[in-house]
Amino acid sequence: MTAHPSMLQKGRFSDAISPGTTPDENKAERFRALALPHLDAVYTLARYLLRDPSDAEDAAQECYLRALRHFDTFRGGPIKPWLLAILRNVCRAEYARRGRAAAPLDEAETDSENVPETLWSASDGSPEATSLVRLDAETARALIAQLPEPFREVLVLREIEDLSYREIAQVVGVPVGTVMSRLARGRGLLRQAWRAEETQE
Amino acid sequence: MKCEDAIVLVHALADGELDAGHAREVEAHAEACTNCAEELAAAREMKNALAANDLRYAAPGSLRARIEGAMPKPQPVADRRTWLKGFALGGAVSALAASGIGFLVLHDARDDRLLGDAISAHLRSLQSEHLTDVLSSDQHTVKPWFNGRIDLAPPVPDLTAQGFTLIGGRLDFLDGQPVAALVYRRRAHVINVFVGQVLGAGSAAPQMQVVQGFNVLRWRKGGLSMIAVSDLNREELQEFETKFAAAG
Repeated sequence: MTAHPSMLQKGRFSDAISPGTTPDENKAERFRALALPHLDAVYTLARYLLRDPSDAEDAAQECYLRALRHFDTFRGGPIKPWLLAILRNVCRAEYARRGRAAAPLDEAETDSENVPETLWSASDGSPEATSLVRLDAETARALIAQLPEPFREVLVLREIEDLSYREIAQVVGVPVGTVMSRLARGRGLLRQAWRAEETQE
Repeated sequence: MKCEDAIVLVHALADGELDAGHAREVEAHAEACTNCAEELAAAREMKNALAANDLRYAAPGSLRARIEGAMPKPQPVADRRTWLKGFALGGAVSALAASGIGFLVLHDARDDRLLGDAISAHLRSLQSEHLTDVLSSDQHTVKPWFNGRIDLAPPVPDLTAQGFTLIGGRLDFLDGQPVAALVYRRRAHVINVFVGQVLGAGSAAPQMQVVQGFNVLRWRKGGLSMIAVSDLNREELQEFETKFAAAG
């Protein structure tokens, strides 16, 4: 996204926002009060989805511009899932630009239909055998960042953004059942990675 | 319940996403099925391990400034109008909340005053940056701090490994009675635990209720009454109580 500085040029904002007119001011005012408190949440999801700080900044900014432009379509309720859904679309456009087509996500959709009966691999042994060692924040973040995208996003939305299943379904655009099975799978994968990290330390 | 359903549903159980009926069904299945019991334990453990750290990222100030700068500047007049509107709305909401409380007062005035105070104390602790008088994640610092300040010794378990971080403690008052307030954090959620000698007609078994949108869990143990207040979901607050009671 950094290769597209045009996205951040001021000229582009002025199309969307026509300063000086009262309805727009009210709209922007309302938007500011509702949406700005969620900037950390938007930036956090962008960091996990794009795995690059400067791309995440660009995506968060683009998200807020799009959100303000389409604020009329916001139908009330919690604004956080609505913002995160926009951010996710911005990130997917960035995937496409990076040359990684959106394919991985769609493949995963069919993949997640068949959740394995045992989510812990045989090598993992009984999950209860020993409890997980506490890792520092940086290591935990890196482990999450390594998860395949479909599982990473639901896990981040649940465990870090604290969204409900219904809200996650809204953000990702899949049924609640899919959210649930991806989350189950994601936790299993993360556990394996966590274990591997423990033995390395 | 089929195992292939239950193994996914235990995650919804751990996340507090199931209604009471389904939760019981999944719990019953997990009690009888080792596989699903292990999956449930593992899911909870994973949640705790993740909740032990703040894994969010803070947006850089420069980004905030760029976004703010891209919005139309608010006019002072519009500003005040919106502020007043918000104020009026706040008044309406308070009036609504107050009428709800007034209704309950008929039931048990004493108990409601107590719970009202607990919610107020919780809110105050969040708003005023006055979360704690003694700021420490070390139980051996927090517990002795109450010596001489209050005539009871509150349990101060270290629940970091369970995903609940001790922030500290402070002295507070509920319905005119001094209480020890212990503060824990899970992700972005703050939990205030008020410990007093007799806080209402609480039973030993934990009781969950919703007061002004907050989850409130009360129980008695070791001759002390505990009231935990948080915006954390029911399942995780219940889990907190279980861990707190077991460790304390």
